[in-house]
Amino acid sequence: MDTLPIPHDFFLPMPASTLELQVFAIFLFLIHILFVNLMLGGALLSLFFEIRGLRRPALDGLAQEIAATVTVNKSIAVVLGVGPLLVVNALYALWFYSANALTGTAWISIVPLVTSAFLLLYAHKYSWHALADRKGLHLMLGGAGALLLLAVPLIFLANINLMLFPGRWLEVHGFLSALALPNVFPRFLHFVLASVAVTSLFLAGWFCRQRFPFEERFPGLERCEIRRELLTTAFGATLLQLVIGPLVLVTLPPDGLSWWMILNLAGGVTLGITALVLLWREAQSTAPLSIRYWSVVGALAGTVVLMAFARHLYREEAISPHRAMVAAHTAAFRSAALGAEMRLAAGTPRLGDAEQVASPGERTYRAVCMSCHALDERRVGPPLTEIVEIYAGNPAGLIAWVRAPGKKRAGYPEMPPISMQEPQYQAIATYILEEVFAPEISEDAPTDSAAG
Amino acid sequence: MDFPVFHLDFLGNRMLIAMIAVLHVMINHSLAVGAMPLVAALEWWGHRKGDERWDRLAYRILTVSFVITTTVGALTGVGIWLSTSLVNPYAIGSLIRVFFWAWFIEWLVFVTEVVCIMAYYLSWKKMNDRKRAHIALGAGLAFASWVTMAIITAILGFMMDPGSWMSKESFMSGVFNPIYLPQLAFRTPVAMVAAGCFALFLTFFFTRADRDLRAGAVRWLSVWTLAWLPLAAAGALWYWKVIPAWMTANVPVALGTQKFASWYTDLVVTLAVMVVLVLLVGLAGLAVPRSVPRVAMLVPFAATMLLLGSFERVREFIRKPYVIGEFMYANGIRVDDYPLLKEEGVLRHATYTSVREISDSNRVTAGREVFRLTCTRCHTATGVNSVNDRLRELYGSGEWDRETVKYYVLGMHTARPYMPPFPGTDREAGVLADYLVDLREHRRPIPGAQEVGVVVPEALPESGTESVGGA
Repeated sequence: MDTLPIPHDFFLPMPASTLELQVFAIFLFLIHILFVNLMLGGALLSLFFEIRGLRRPALDGLAQEIAATVTVNKSIAVVLGVGPLLVVNALYALWFYSANALTGTAWISIVPLVTSAFLLLYAHKYSWHALADRKGLHLMLGGAGALLLLAVPLIFLANINLMLFPGRWLEVHGFLSALALPNVFPRFLHFVLASVAVTSLFLAGWFCRQRFPFEERFPGLERCEIRRELLTTAFGATLLQLVIGPLVLVTLPPDGLSWWMILNLAGGVTLGITALVLLWREAQSTAPLSIRYWSVVGALAGTVVLMAFARHLYREEAISPHRAMVAAHTAAFRSAALGAEMRLAAGTPRLGDAEQVASPGERTYRAVCMSCHALDERRVGPPLTEIVEIYAGNPAGLIAWVRAPGKKRAGYPEMPPISMQEPQYQAIATYILEEVFAPEISEDAPTDSAAG
Repeated sequence: MDFPVFHLDFLGNRMLIAMIAVLHVMINHSLAVGAMPLVAALEWWGHRKGDERWDRLAYRILTVSFVITTTVGALTGVGIWLSTSLVNPYAIGSLIRVFFWAWFIEWLVFVTEVVCIMAYYLSWKKMNDRKRAHIALGAGLAFASWVTMAIITAILGFMMDPGSWMSKESFMSGVFNPIYLPQLAFRTPVAMVAAGCFALFLTFFFTRADRDLRAGAVRWLSVWTLAWLPLAAAGALWYWKVIPAWMTANVPVALGTQKFASWYTDLVVTLAVMVVLVLLVGLAGLAVPRSVPRVAMLVPFAATMLLLGSFERVREFIRKPYVIGEFMYANGIRVDDYPLLKEEGVLRHATYTSVREISDSNRVTAGREVFRLTCTRCHTATGVNSVNDRLRELYGSGEWDRETVKYYVLGMHTARPYMPPFPGTDREAGVLADYLVDLREHRRPIPGAQEVGVVVPEALPESGTESVGGA
């Protein structure tokens, strides 16, 4: 049968109150994910316009301009990811690290995958003119970069999903089985659509801002045409969320569902639908971007914040029973450990499990001396037979040497000084000089007695 | 003990961290901390001379630094974190609890640094008519890069400062631990020297068509490198001098010096070689800038990297047997948990193990679980730093005596003070010995939780509710 894994928590206090850390986690994560959206969405849209640019060259310039935003946003996305990672590492270390270890190969692959994606995106951006005549190759660079960027969120999603369900940890055998858990793929679609929507909305604002010399930069394109296309894309991607969103919700294991969470979701959906209506009307207009554009941005930002809160409520609810078990287990362990510490300090440790049969001298000899000395052959140092020859009848001399040895023999490394507890020196001298070569105690004498 | 055991039996877990960390330090020191002031200075020089060609050269060197630092550099930085949390989650989790705010501040500086480098690089051409402001931006960026290094060096110091970090006043005493300032005084000029060597190397590619510029630039960069060289040597010597004092304070048993001594001598040799190489190349660059071969530039660069690597290695060594001074051993087990584990065993208290209770029929399997739980953070079964090789050095390639191995396990920390004491019961040491003796004959790698998942046996009643020891 399956037993729930119940680890010991850290014995150190949190660096701040959990409430503060939770608020930190939500907002720092949202800022990070905004730039991740812009990075991934930009890579996809740049590719999309470049492919269409094969038929209609005017769009190629637009694609290049989008690619230029990607390499900036990607650096900001990475550096802004460190903050929320730090907070998650404080708040959910026990759960997060467990999921990381269970998907370890994929988890550490994030480093080479993202590095390669970024290098490909740079190559794509900086070879635009050099490869103007070899568009196939150029598209492959951008395409490979975008594909890698699409793969990485799967690793993160598999991890933050897996961490919520300790009961599932026992079923997982590597990254792929973690990926197969419910909710990962719907959430991935949810995220990719959001990336496209956020980036289209951003680009509409970026290219259609008053100061941007659009017609000059993109000869052959009209501002209001691109504006409509980008806003319509944002609308379409957001509209699709009305299908994907419920799918994310129903594939969510019931562990963390609560009315508060549903209430947050409902608020988010309401704002989202409001944004959709405004977005549709703004997309139909040919006038410069109006206050309505900013209302859309505001409403969608509100949606995202409410959704993030809902997600957080779910996470806390899902983890809380396990967290309580961990706390109880940790407290019991802590008091047992303190008890053992006190017994040790009082000199009465319960070492009932021991399988000691050797004399104290032999024990120390095997533990310490045998690293370098053998009975009758040279290892690192000379054999015991030679040592006994030198010190026979002179245990004090042997002890003095062991405490502060020097360099004596050519061709041997210098022996390091050995510090032990006082009785151990005496025991070891007795053992070496009197017991080892005594006929009744042979090397084979100690036998294993598992009964203890 | 409390986390699924991620394990790489071929590469070794420490090697994974080392590879990522060394790559990161090399890129960070030479292409960020060193290169940013160099590029800003080169830009200023071009502006002063009113010579476009110098400006273009500075821009191209910056381009290479920019591309590498914002890809490999940034991701290996995150990678140090990802890899340490895989290999020693309990240690990194504890450190985060204590040094959260230090890291948080570092993150803010780090964000500033990234924003600055984006602004500096992307505005290079746009700010052509405001050169002075742009150069000032470069100087600000250079400062931010240096500050991130200065902060992270302080955190490294925290981890090594034994004991005091738990006490109330530990924060500042941790920052200004005896090796902090020497470390910084060493890292800073070494970064400058490394950046000089690297820029020299790049200059050969960027000045192929312009021999005059090449001669001028090689001379300029030689002056840069030679100017920092004495400081690098002085910083390294200072660092080298404080290490033994630090070491004796941290490693109470003088035995640790045996292995340390050889590294320590290596350090001085590396230092001397680096200084001589850089000096030679620098002087050649000054005297005959037209005839210095391109490869000659890579050799001193490699030497400075080697020097950095050697110091990092010694720094790591001083820390042993702890991963966090006097709080947690390198095996990820808290010092305070030892008495209980010695009484009741690691198998009993481990969250993930396939064996909870030792019996005569499961000795080798139980031993492998003990090995996995207590040894695999540093040792593999068959790969890098394999326990097999270490024992072979002690007992030869013939039969090993199980009892001898057992007693060695129980006492290894006295003979090898960089090893943590064995945390389990004597009986667990016994089954560990059974496993190790068996491993000599049947070499099998140990799979990690990332491949085979985890097993959780029935929990035993909490400690104290039953008598221990049996028989």
